[in-house]
Amino acid sequence: MASKTKRFFMLGNEACAAGAIAAGVRFFAGYPITPSTEIAEYMARELPRVGGQFIQMEDELAGIGAVIGASAAGVKAMTATSGPGFSLMQEFISYSAVVEIPCVVVNIMRGGPGGGAATVPAQGDVMQARWGTQGDHPVIVLSAATVPEMYYLTIKAVNFSEKYRIPVILLSDESIGHLRETTEIRPTESMEIVNRRKPDLPPEQFEPLKADMGQAPPMACIGDGYRVKGYCRLTRNERGDPGAVPDVQDRLMRRQESKITANLADIHMFEDMGAGEADVVVLAHGSNVRTALCACARAREKGIRAGVFKITTLWPFPYAPLNRAIGRAKGVLVPELNLGQIIGEVERACKGRAPVVGLNKVDGTLITINEIFDAIVELNKS
Amino acid sequence: MSALHKVVPASEIRKHLSKTAKRIWCPGCGTAIAMGGMIRAMVESKIPEKEFAVITGIGCTGRAHAYVDYDSLQTPHGRTLPVATGIKLARPGMHLIVFSGDGDLLGIGGNHFIHAARRNIGITVVLVNNFIYGMTGGQVAPTTPTADTASTAPYGNLEEPFDTCALAMAAGATYVARTTAYHVRQMVDFIGEGIKNKGFSVIEVLSNCTTQYGRMNRKGSSAQMLKWFQKNSVSLKKAADLPPEKLSGKFITGEFVTGKRGELSARYHELITQKNKERVDAHEA
Repeated sequence: MASKTKRFFMLGNEACAAGAIAAGVRFFAGYPITPSTEIAEYMARELPRVGGQFIQMEDELAGIGAVIGASAAGVKAMTATSGPGFSLMQEFISYSAVVEIPCVVVNIMRGGPGGGAATVPAQGDVMQARWGTQGDHPVIVLSAATVPEMYYLTIKAVNFSEKYRIPVILLSDESIGHLRETTEIRPTESMEIVNRRKPDLPPEQFEPLKADMGQAPPMACIGDGYRVKGYCRLTRNERGDPGAVPDVQDRLMRRQESKITANLADIHMFEDMGAGEADVVVLAHGSNVRTALCACARAREKGIRAGVFKITTLWPFPYAPLNRAIGRAKGVLVPELNLGQIIGEVERACKGRAPVVGLNKVDGTLITINEIFDAIVELNKS
Repeated sequence: MSALHKVVPASEIRKHLSKTAKRIWCPGCGTAIAMGGMIRAMVESKIPEKEFAVITGIGCTGRAHAYVDYDSLQTPHGRTLPVATGIKLARPGMHLIVFSGDGDLLGIGGNHFIHAARRNIGITVVLVNNFIYGMTGGQVAPTTPTADTASTAPYGNLEEPFDTCALAMAAGATYVARTTAYHVRQMVDFIGEGIKNKGFSVIEVLSNCTTQYGRMNRKGSSAQMLKWFQKNSVSLKKAADLPPEKLSGKFITGEFVTGKRGELSARYHELITQKNKERVDAHEA
């Protein structure tokens, strides 16, 4: 990659793919689906040039399956899809969490439900990204608001997946995946790139699932000579032997959950953009962020104290930071391209301190500045 | 027993088994014989053990990953081949053995089976076909013979079973063979040939599920089921001379395909080498 900062006029999906390569991703498997396909096309073209591999699989199940296989064999791996394909990947996302094989799944959301509308933006998969899978398990979900964020958040997603050995889902939507904007790419050397921890014990002493609370165990990969056990979707002990023993199951699930709960400060990414001093706080993520910023700027021109609280990490949801940020607010507005998903978490975060109002749009168009502005004016009256 | 029929002794196999995993297979189960066959073929191949990985899915076979002392991985139900494909592309030097059942590979995973064969990716599949879903209690499988009984086919199976070997051949596998849990020496030879083949290999091992299939279809004890395989197996060579009515209820065993065709991970490696050369040439020009 470039040795100094360069400017590119890039498509959101291209920025995502370029970010993945900068983060060290050398394997991509997937299945074509609008509006994510440009990521696969970029990877098919570029990965062989950097010694990596691309494979188009027979469906999305196989796509994420191959990604997990490559990652188990020691290669950073990623897939990309949209809503219908994301639904098909859910079982493997749960699997990735429980076997602690890192992977990154990019979901460029489109109109839904069902087949929906392939070439329009939506945010219908926000809860699916957290709760779409079988069982209880941790997951990290990020939401990109701009094309440059597609680049840098993809790097962040890969880093988180390697550090915590966890599936990381990067959400964006059609309007950003298919948007071209100027993107400054910093030299890769100047960025933090995380690689999974390797065992420092010899194979005879190594227990593949042994780790302290809040930690991912070091990872022995297939082919490293560890005769590694424990890549197994059943309840298994620290050695990797399966067996449904209550305290073993409990220990495993709580240790895996603690990777998130013990590291919230590292994982939470949010930005207080004037929310702390605002009467009306707009909680926004993804493509609504810029619209909300414009609407708040206009509101301030009219003398209304309005500010944006931008969340980049959707899951784990930043309950405490949001609770602190709403400060003196009279109301919290939650614009969403769905019928109301993240708003429930905002209510939990606010704990009744301020009324929380949704602004929901599901006609396949973006929420406008005027719509958010009008809602701010209305909330300010209360 | 002549030298020709010798197999690796059980004492040697034990060295390649986990010392700690609790085994849950029923006494007399053919799956254990098939796992023994797989390990014997791996030992006989003289390939260093760190170059092997055993991939399993779900079902009775989907316990073998915990029983063997090699790199191993168990996938979600039906997804052995996509995961193995990712491993093989990432580490083309590995010898991957997918050890799984008829339900996992031909039912829920059927689509992956034909595509892995089409790609001729270097994976050896040991498909243990016991004609039924054993672990879940004896439900009908895509391999259950017509009219046989299963817990979800209480009035007899109305469907026709897959012919595993014909399917694998049609989809493009480059080594395809069928044997039974009775024919251990043949099983070891066929799995060994599958490991030698650089492309996609399928070895179907007909196996006795005495507890479910055998019980529901009055096949008797495990020993009687093994004798059933012995009596009804017909070699490919002999079968060629027999009329179709004489082959009803018989198991045709032997090597169906021993072909050669480009293997996917090797092809991809060539592409990477070529792209790397182009980059170096462009840099020097």
